Amino acid sequence: MSAGAAAWPPRETLVEGAPSYGKVTREIAAPLERAATPAWWAAFLVAAGALALGVALVAYTMKVGIGTWGLNRTVGWGFDITNFVFWVGIGHAGTLISAILLLLRQPWRTSIARAAEAMTIFAVMCAAVFPLIHMGRPWLAFWMFPYPNTRGSLWVNYRSPLVWDVFAISTYFTVSLLFWYLGMVPDFATMRDRSRGLRQKLYGWLSLGWDGSARTWQRYEKACMLLAGLATPLVVSVHTIVSFDFATSVIPGWHTTIFPPYFVAGAVFSGFAMVMTLLLVTRRVMRLENLITLRHLDYMARVLLTTGLLVAFAYATEVFIAWYSGNRFERFTFWNRGFGPYAWAYWLMVFCNIVVPQMFWFERARRSVPLLFAGAILVNVGMWFERFNIVVISLHRDYLPSSWSVYVPTPVELGILLGSFGLFFTCFLLFVRVAPVVAFHEVKHTLARQREEDHARA
Amino acid sequence: MHALDTHDLAVPHRDPAVVERRRVHALVFDDPARTLEAVKRLRAEGFDVGDVHSPFPVHGMEEALGMRPTRLAWATLIGGLAGGSLKLVFQSWVHIVDWPMNIGGKPHFSLPALVPVTFELTVLVAAFATLGTLFVRRRLYPRPHPERAPRQPHPGVTDDRFVVLVMEHDGAFSPGRFRSVSSALGAQEVIEAWRAPA
Repeated sequence: MSAGAAAWPPRETLVEGAPSYGKVTREIAAPLERAATPAWWAAFLVAAGALALGVALVAYTMKVGIGTWGLNRTVGWGFDITNFVFWVGIGHAGTLISAILLLLRQPWRTSIARAAEAMTIFAVMCAAVFPLIHMGRPWLAFWMFPYPNTRGSLWVNYRSPLVWDVFAISTYFTVSLLFWYLGMVPDFATMRDRSRGLRQKLYGWLSLGWDGSARTWQRYEKACMLLAGLATPLVVSVHTIVSFDFATSVIPGWHTTIFPPYFVAGAVFSGFAMVMTLLLVTRRVMRLENLITLRHLDYMARVLLTTGLLVAFAYATEVFIAWYSGNRFERFTFWNRGFGPYAWAYWLMVFCNIVVPQMFWFERARRSVPLLFAGAILVNVGMWFERFNIVVISLHRDYLPSSWSVYVPTPVELGILLGSFGLFFTCFLLFVRVAPVVAFHEVKHTLARQREEDHARA
Repeated sequence: MHALDTHDLAVPHRDPAVVERRRVHALVFDDPARTLEAVKRLRAEGFDVGDVHSPFPVHGMEEALGMRPTRLAWATLIGGLAGGSLKLVFQSWVHIVDWPMNIGGKPHFSLPALVPVTFELTVLVAAFATLGTLFVRRRLYPRPHPERAPRQPHPGVTDDRFVVLVMEHDGAFSPGRFRSVSSALGAQEVIEAWRAPA
């Protein structure tokens, strides 16, 4: 290869230290085979404690009613819907990494895909909690599904975006779960062949008699591609439909055609920030620095920068269109975002989502763990406030000044938000103890390809 | 090294009468490139390579083994079409026939409003059809004795071993030639095994 046609990105190994295949197996399996560390227990107790608090406060809400929340006649959607949109968005990066990057044949996804998919599953679980408790009578949640009943049958209204949402979220959860499990079948087989006794039986059941036959691999790889092809439009549809909950209404600030792409870009942005946060901790605690390398983090930071710019573009477009429409209600809504009682939330969002990611133009920032961690946390915060701005600020000053009000969350709502983080981290911490956090077979495959390339070069 | 249990050998042939008369030899490798070379060489020498077991898909193995492309995508297509069309029919039936409702004066058959749920069911059923077909056709399901896979020739194939299975046909197999060819392939181990008579 001539110097002028040098490959970009510059060649760098995705698996460091050129380990043997057996070493890859041992390195990934090691955290599952040794007793949990004190750090894991500490994290688990904190997460489980937060989850318990959340469960208790949800139970309290169920007993007393959603009057325990700060909602009022003007602001009917508050923390509950903000948290719902936030958590659904987090999930999207997992699907992007596992499905879209698979279709684009990006080998750098292999070390991080498993953890990102797990994050998707758990984030969607957290998201599903909020519309459920928002209904006030969650024991009737099954009414959202069309089943023959004694009331007519009275079916759901398929022309309502809220029903679309039920189908979108439940399909997304199911397909993500299938995809995640499919990816783990060969890895469970590896664990089966490494363990004894009850563990061997459990991994054996989960691995479905996997034997690594070339015929099975052929169909398996095809199935992965097909599921990725299905998951890619699915992930775009999910946040599009979530945005329809807002965009099909007549509320200024919600009723805009930019919402679907804006929500999808924001979802990927927030999701990548969460993947980054999780992986920075995981690679350190599980000692996987050789597999989740600085190059992986660098690439994720680039995605963060790109999607951050997309989000910034969407913010600018929204404001411009509000002004350009000439509609006084639209104009007022956006003026109120920047200079009303919640201005601090708006400018916090702008700072976290637009200003902070700009540091990732510089390679030094993209490869500095403390800066990456700080950036990822700030983007998480900023994206939570983006949803808060959309939901609450658009509602609190409506068409009639006499009904204007301010929404302040109660401690119960704050506790339930904390509880959802508890649920998320409890699930994630259990996952890293039960399933290989990096896919054995994908890393070995990447390693083999790396060797082939080296061989061709030599 | 692990002893090879001949009862557990992968025997891809469906016809039990043929299977019974076969003996299987296993070549164990530690490198995908050498495995691929071995398969090509063995097939060129006229041996019947029954299957290859590996910890990850080996690039080029499909062609080397002469496998036909999989038809799995048909399952996805059929599942998707079935899921989407049935859901569209059901939604239309609900809103036109079973419980017509006047919603903002819009027509009972409002196709654009039915698109999102139709799309979701297309994806959902297509995904189940793909996975279901894969699991049924490749016989992947939980078994009463899950400690090891019933057709796995070597426990190392989920770790770092690559196993090539050479099938012996009555009369058309020379053990001496097999030995001379296989010794030059760089295998870690050659297990000459007989399928125990029933």
